[in-house]
Amino acid sequence: MKGFRLIWRKSVNMVMLTLTGVAAFAVVSVLFLILGYLVYYGGRSLNWNFFTQLPKPVGETGGGMANAIVGSAKLLFLAAVIGLPIGLLGGVYLAEFGGKTFGFVVRYTTDLLNGVPSIIMGIFAYSLVVVPMRHFSTLAGGVALGIMTIPISLRSTEEFLRAVPVSLREGAMALGSNRWKTIATVVLPAARGGIITGMLLALARVAGETAPLLFTAFGNQFWSPGWNQPISSLPVVIYTYAISPYDDWHRQAWAAGLVLLGLVFVTNIVVRTFLMRGTSYERS
Amino acid sequence: MAKRAPSSWSVRAYLRRLATGDVVAHMVTLIFAASIVLIATLLVFQLWNNSAASRQQFGWGFWTTQTWDPVFEHFGALPFIYGTLVTSVLALIIAVPLGLAAAIFLAELSPRVISDKVAFLIDLLAAVPSVIYGLLGIFVVVPLMRTTIGPALKDAFGFLPLFSGPNYGVGFLTAGIILSIMVVPFIISVSREILLTVPREQREAALALGATRWESTWKVVIPWARTGITGSIFLALARALGETMAVTMVIGNDPKIRDSLFAPGYTIAAVIANEFTEATGKLYLSALIELGLVLFLLTFILNGMARLLILATETDRGRAS
Amino acid sequence: MRIVKVLGMLAALLMFGTAATAADGQVLLNAAGATFPYPIYSKWFNDYHQMHSAVQINYQSIGSGGGIQQLKTGTVDFGASDMPLNDKLLGMFNQKILQFPTVLGAVVPTYNIPGVSAELKFTPQMLADIYLGKVTKWNDKEITSANPGVQLPGNDIVVIHRSDGSGTTFVWTDYLSKVSPAWKSQVGSNTSVNWPVGLGGKGNEGVAGLVKQTPNSVGYVELIYAIQSHMGYGLVENSAGKFIKASLASVTDAASGAAAKMQKDIRISITNAPGLQTYPICSFTYLLIPSKIADSTKRDVIKTFLRWMLTSGQDMVESLNYARLPKAVVAIEMKQLAQVQ
Repeated sequence: MKGFRLIWRKSVNMVMLTLTGVAAFAVVSVLFLILGYLVYYGGRSLNWNFFTQLPKPVGETGGGMANAIVGSAKLLFLAAVIGLPIGLLGGVYLAEFGGKTFGFVVRYTTDLLNGVPSIIMGIFAYSLVVVPMRHFSTLAGGVALGIMTIPISLRSTEEFLRAVPVSLREGAMALGSNRWKTIATVVLPAARGGIITGMLLALARVAGETAPLLFTAFGNQFWSPGWNQPISSLPVVIYTYAISPYDDWHRQAWAAGLVLLGLVFVTNIVVRTFLMRGTSYERS
Repeated sequence: MAKRAPSSWSVRAYLRRLATGDVVAHMVTLIFAASIVLIATLLVFQLWNNSAASRQQFGWGFWTTQTWDPVFEHFGALPFIYGTLVTSVLALIIAVPLGLAAAIFLAELSPRVISDKVAFLIDLLAAVPSVIYGLLGIFVVVPLMRTTIGPALKDAFGFLPLFSGPNYGVGFLTAGIILSIMVVPFIISVSREILLTVPREQREAALALGATRWESTWKVVIPWARTGITGSIFLALARALGETMAVTMVIGNDPKIRDSLFAPGYTIAAVIANEFTEATGKLYLSALIELGLVLFLLTFILNGMARLLILATETDRGRAS
Repeated sequence: MRIVKVLGMLAALLMFGTAATAADGQVLLNAAGATFPYPIYSKWFNDYHQMHSAVQINYQSIGSGGGIQQLKTGTVDFGASDMPLNDKLLGMFNQKILQFPTVLGAVVPTYNIPGVSAELKFTPQMLADIYLGKVTKWNDKEITSANPGVQLPGNDIVVIHRSDGSGTTFVWTDYLSKVSPAWKSQVGSNTSVNWPVGLGGKGNEGVAGLVKQTPNSVGYVELIYAIQSHMGYGLVENSAGKFIKASLASVTDAASGAAAKMQKDIRISITNAPGLQTYPICSFTYLLIPSKIADSTKRDVIKTFLRWMLTSGQDMVESLNYARLPKAVVAIEMKQLAQVQ
C-alpha cells in the first residue's frame, strides 16, 4: 500500500512538472509563431514602394505607406512631448518631494489611468480636443497617446530615482548643493538608464495602439502637414487593410505589421538589454 | 524684550529660499504631478457628463435591456456586457492554467538563467500590439477555427449547447482564444515574480517532510502566493475586458446574446470602436459613452482589487520574513 | 551643455513639424462618409490632386452614418452618404445641407460557396428570407427551385451585413422593405438596423472581406467591390419578373425615370424601379455640402471640384462599373451649385 502511494505521488510529480514545462514552451513558441508569420508574409511584401509611396486608389497596386510611417512618427513625437515630461516630473515629485497623502493620490490616479482601456482614452481625447477644435488632428491623437505614456514613465522614473543610493545625495549636499541641483545633476543622471528605459518602453507601447487613434487622428490619404490635420498611422492602416477584401492591401498589412512589430521589439530588446538590468516591472 | 518671530517666517527669508530654487522645483514637480490627477478627474467627469442623456433616458434598465436599435433609439447594454464577460472569462479559463503552469516552471523548476531569458521573451510577447494579434487572428486563427478546431470541438462536444450551431470561424470562442494569448504574459510575469518571493524555507520545509517537488509547489508555495496570483488574474481580466482591436476583428460584431461559443457576438470596446464616429443623435452617442463608463468602472474596480491583492502579498512577505 | 544640445534638437524637430504646415496656397479639405462610392471617390480625389497639386481632399471611408455625423459635428468639410437625408435628419443640422448625387451604383448579393461557380439567381423573397433567418441552408427549396441545375451544398448560410451605419444598408433594406412586408414590419430600413441574423463587417470593404474569407457566406456590397475582390455575385429578379445581373446598362435603366422626379426633390429612391432590363437594387449616392462655407478658398475649391466631378469626373466612373448621372440630373446639380455660398 505504502509503496503504491509513493509511486503514484512520484508519477504525479513527473507528469505535472513536465506539463509546466510544456506550458512554458507553448507560450514561448507562440511568440516565435507570431514572428514567423509576420516575417514570412510581411517580408515578402516589403519593397521600396511600401516605404516611399502614398496609398493608391482602391484597386490599384503599387501603393505604399510612406505617410502612415511618418504619421506614426509624428504622433509618437507628440506623445513624447506631451506625456513624458509629465511622467518624468511627476516621478521626480513622488520620489523626492512627495507628501504622504498627495503622493498616494497621485500614485493611485496614475494606476487608474494605466488601467483605462485605450478606446476610452480615444473618447476622452475626442471630447477634449477634436470637438472644440472641430477637426480631427495629429494633436488629438498625440494627446490620447501622450496620456497613455504617463503611467509607465512615471512609475519607472519614481522607481529608479528611489533606487539611487542615499549616499550619492548626501555626498552632493555635503558639497553644498541644494535640493534641486542635487536632483538635476546627481540623482537624475544616476537613474538615467532606468528612466530612459521607462520612457522608451512607454513609447513602444503606444506606438502600436489603434483604438485611440480611430476618432482622434482619424486617417489621411495624403501627407499631413502641421499638427491640426488628420493623419495616417501604421496601426490604423493595418486595421483598415486587414479587414478589406483586396489581396494587395492584405500584403501591405502584413508588411506594415512586420515593420511595426519590428520597431516595437527592437526597442524593447535594446532597452531592456542595455539600459536596464534587473527585474521587469512593466506589468500592465 | 518682545519675542521675535522666527526668522524663517520673514518674507526675506522666504524669498531667499525661493532663490535657491528648491521651492520652485517643488512647485513645478507638484504641478506636473497634480496635472495627472486633473486629467483623471476630467476623464471621469467627461464620461459621466456625456452619458447623461442616456442615463436619464434608460436608467438602470440600460444594464438589462437586450436590444441595440439605433433606428428606434432603444439601447441596451446587456449583449455587450455579455460578450465582454464571456470572451474575458473564456480567455481566463485558457490563460490561467497555462500561465500559472508556465510561471511555476519558470519560478520553481528551471535554472535561474533560463528562467530570466524566458521571462524576457514573455515580456516581448506582452509588447505585441493588439492590431497585430487581430491581423493574425483574421488570417490564421479564424481559418484554423473554421477548418480544424471548430469541427474537432463539435465532434467531441457538439451535444452541448455551448458548442451548438454553425461554426463561422469568427465568434466568441475565437475572440476568447486570442484574448487568452494576449493576457497570458501578464499572468506569467506577475505570478513568476510573486512565486520567486516565496521564502525558500517554505519549500525546504515541505521537501524536508518528504513532499515531492510538485507537492511542495502545489500545496505550500502556491497557497502562500495565493493572494498575489489572484491579483495577477484580476490584472489579466482587466486587460482582457478593455481589448478592442483584436476582438472586433474576430468576434463577428453581432449584438446578440447566444448560448453557443461559435456564435458571433459583440463587446463594449468593439461596439464603441465601430459605431462612435457615426452615432447620430444625442441619445445614440451618449448610450455609447455610457457603455464606455460601464467598461471604465469595471476595469477600475478590477485594477483596484488587483493592486490591493498584490500589495497584500508584498506586505505579507515583509511581515513574515 | 548636453541638455542644450538635446533641447536644440527638439526645437528643430518641432519647427520642422510645424513648418511643414500647409504651404502657401495649399488647400486641405477633409471629408468622410460612404464606402459605397469609395473606389471612384478615391480615384477622383487622387487624380484631382495630381491635376491640382495644391488641393488635397482627404476622404475617409467610414460609412454613410459616419459621414452624416461628422458633418453634423463640423469635423469634416463635407460628407458623403448613399442615403439621402430626409427632412428629420436635415433638421438636426444647424445649417442647410445641399445634396449632390455623384454616381449611380448597384448593390449586389455576393457569395462565397465552395464548389459553386455558377451565377445564382435570387428572388426578392429569397433575399428577405435569408436575411430574416428563415432560410438557413444553401440547399433550401426556395434557393434550389430558382436555381435548377446548380448543385448547392447543404451547408448553413453565413449571413453577412454591415456593423457600421451604412448607406448601402439603407439601399438594401429599402429594397427589402419594398418587396417583403415581413421585412418592413420586423426590421425596417435605415443606415443601421436590428439585424435578425448574421455577422457584421465594417464598411463595404469589411463585408467583402468577410465574404471572401468565410465559406458559404452571402453579403451585400456595391458592385465594384465584388468585381475587384473576384467574388461571384448573383442575379436578382426585378419587378418585371426577369433575373437581371447588375451592369452599367441595367443600373442606368433604373435611373431613367428618375430625372423628372428629381426636379422637385433631388432625393429619390430608385430601388425596385420599373423596367424590363432594370437592376432592382440601385442607388444614387450623394455628397453632402454645407450651403454656407465660411472659408472662401475652401468654398471655391469645393465648387470647382464639384463642377469637375459633374463633367470630366463622370468620364471616369464607368471604368469602375458605376453608371453616369443622367444629363438632366447633372443640369439640376449645376443649378444647385449656385446655392453654395
